[in-house]
Amino acid sequence: MRAVCWQGTNRIGVERVPDPAILNPRDAIVRVTSTAICGSDLHLLDGFIPTMRRGDILGHEFMGIVEDVGPGVKNIQRGDRVIVPFPISCGSCWFCEHELYSCCDNSNPNAWMAEKFYGYSPAGLFGYSHMMGGYAGGQAQFARVPFADVGPFKVPESLTDEQVLFLTDIFPTGYMAAENCNIQAGDTVAVWGGGPVGQFSIRSAFLLGAGRVIAIETVPERRRMAEAAGAETLDSMDPGVFERLRDMTGGIGPDSCIDAVGMEAHGPHVDYYYDKAKTMAMLATDRISALRQAIHACRKGGTVSVPGVYGGFLDKLPFGAVVQKGLTIKSGQTHVHRYLPTLLRYIENGDIDPSFVVTHRVSLDDAPRMYKTFRDKQDGCIKVVMKPH
Amino acid sequence: MVAGGLLAAWGLQRRDSIGGSAAVGAAALLYRGATGHCHVYDALGVEHGRQRGTGVIADRYSDTRARLGGSRGIHAEAAVTINKPIAEVFRFWRNFENLPKFMEHLEQVADREEGISHWVAKGPAGVSVEWDARIINEIDNKLIAWQSLEGATVATAGSVNFDETEHGTRVRIHLQYDPPGGRVGALVARLFGEDPRQTVREDLRRFKRLLETGEIPTTEGQPSGGRSMATHPSAKRPRDGSFADQRPLRAGAAR
Repeated sequence: MRAVCWQGTNRIGVERVPDPAILNPRDAIVRVTSTAICGSDLHLLDGFIPTMRRGDILGHEFMGIVEDVGPGVKNIQRGDRVIVPFPISCGSCWFCEHELYSCCDNSNPNAWMAEKFYGYSPAGLFGYSHMMGGYAGGQAQFARVPFADVGPFKVPESLTDEQVLFLTDIFPTGYMAAENCNIQAGDTVAVWGGGPVGQFSIRSAFLLGAGRVIAIETVPERRRMAEAAGAETLDSMDPGVFERLRDMTGGIGPDSCIDAVGMEAHGPHVDYYYDKAKTMAMLATDRISALRQAIHACRKGGTVSVPGVYGGFLDKLPFGAVVQKGLTIKSGQTHVHRYLPTLLRYIENGDIDPSFVVTHRVSLDDAPRMYKTFRDKQDGCIKVVMKPH
Repeated sequence: MVAGGLLAAWGLQRRDSIGGSAAVGAAALLYRGATGHCHVYDALGVEHGRQRGTGVIADRYSDTRARLGGSRGIHAEAAVTINKPIAEVFRFWRNFENLPKFMEHLEQVADREEGISHWVAKGPAGVSVEWDARIINEIDNKLIAWQSLEGATVATAGSVNFDETEHGTRVRIHLQYDPPGGRVGALVARLFGEDPRQTVREDLRRFKRLLETGEIPTTEGQPSGGRSMATHPSAKRPRDGSFADQRPLRAGAAR
C-alpha cells in the first residue's frame, strides 16, 4: 500500500510499504476512505516532537471501512463504516473506565519512554512518535487499529465522510476545550488560534451557551471563517490584543480563554523572539506566546483551557498571574470516545456541519506538497482531506 | 546446607573476586541450613499481622533479602495496580506456568507436585539456566512466596503481595537472584540488564496489560517506510526487550 512517511525533519514522502496485518486479537484493519492532516502533525514535521524515526507512517485523523477484524472484536465487522479516535484506548483500565480515554494505561507499548518525559505514560496515539506508542498512522491506504472493539465508532451512511471525519480529533478537541471552560450562559470566551481546532472551539463555545466569542487570529481567511460562526475577531499580530480584550469586556477580561495555538506560536511581542531564540538554541522546547497572552488576558477567577499541543518545558510561563488571579488551567489530549455520541447528535440534528473547515481535497500522493501548503498557510489552506484510494 | 556447602567450596576454589563473593553469599545459606531457622515468616511478615502502609513497597517484612541473607546478587522490587478483582489476579499468578507470558527472563515454568516447580530462564544461543523452586508460603488472595531448592544452580527467592485498593488490585513483587558467578552468573545478570528494577517493572506492566486487556499491546510487525538515517536518538530500543518479537496472527494480503 501507499503511506505518508516521516523521512526526517521537514521531509515527508509517500512510500510503498507492506500492508498492515492483524497483530493482536483485538485489532482491526480499516480501509481508509478519508484522512486529514492535523495542525499537530506540523509539530512532527519540523521535529518539535521527539522520538520520531525515519519511515514512521503519519496521520491520526482517519476513517474508513472495516476490512478485517481479529478474533477478539465482536462489535464491529467487515464492511462497517467507522471513524477512528486518535487516542488508542483499551477500555478496561481504571482510566478508560473513568472516561479518561487519552490517559489509557495500557495502549502505549513504549510507556517507559513517555514515563521518562512525563512521569506516567498517556495513551498511545496513531502516528505520533515512538514515545506515544510508535503506532503506524492513518495517512495510508490501510491502517491497523488496536483495541478495535473500543475505538472505532460506526457512522450513519446518511452523512458524508467530511461531515464525520473530524469526530476523530478536531471536533471533540474543540468541544472538550470549550467544555473545560465551564461556560455559563452568556459568558465571553476568547479563542487564540483560528486553525481547525480554534474553529471548532468557537462553534462549541456557542453550542455550550457562550454569549460572545472573540477569536484572535491574523490570517484573513481564518478570521472570516470565525466570523461566519458568529465570533468577533482580533488580529493576533496587533500589539494591543490585551487592551482590546479588556475594553471589549468592559474592563473585566474574558471569562475563559482557549489556547488553540500550541507550542509553535507566533506573535508581535518581544517574548516571541525570545522563545524562538531559545528553541532554536535547544534551550527550550516550546514557543508559548499565545498561552502567555491567554493567561494575562483572562479575567480573575476565570479558566484557561489549553487544547493546543505542548510537548515539553515551557519557559517564562507567567504562573504568578495564574496564582494571583486564581485561574483554573485545564488541558489534556482529548478523551475522544467520551464525546462521540453527543457530537454525532449535533451533526445529525444539523446544529453543526463539520465539513465547513475543509479547504483542500487531494489524493494521498499530494501529501508532501500539502503539508507545506498547510504549514505555510498558503492558498487559503485551513484543512486538508486526502483520499487514499 | 548442601547447596551452601557446594557454593562455598566452589567459591573458595576460585581465587578471584567472584569466587569470593560466592563464598560469602553461601554463608547465609549455610547459616540457614545449619540453624534450621526459617526466615520465611519473618521475611513475609505474616504472623506479625502488621497493618501495611499504602504505597510502601519495601517494608522489612516482605523483603526477600532476609531470606537470602543480604542484598547481594540481583534484587528487584516493583509494584503495579491492576483493575481486576483480587481473586482473579491472585489465581493467574498462582499458576506459575503463566509467569513466562509476562516475565521476560523466563522461558518456562512447569508445576510439579506438592508446591515444587521447575523454572527455565532464557539464555542466548540455546544456553539456559534451570532450577527447582518450592512455594514456601501462600495465603489466598494475599501472598505467594517461593524459593529455589537447596542444591539449585541459582539461589533465588521471590514473593508477591496482593492488596485491594480503590484503583484495583495492587501487586507488589520482590525478586532476588543470587547467581553463583562464572558463566551462569553472567547469564543471569544479563537477563536482568543494567537496571533489574526497570526490567521487573516492565514485567509487571505486561502482567497488568495481559489481565486488563487480554493481550499485550505491540507495534512489532506493523508496516513502516524506509528506516535508514534520521532516527531520533531517544527512540532506540530498550534493553529490557519490551519490543518482543511477535508474528502477525494473520498476514496482510498483498494489495
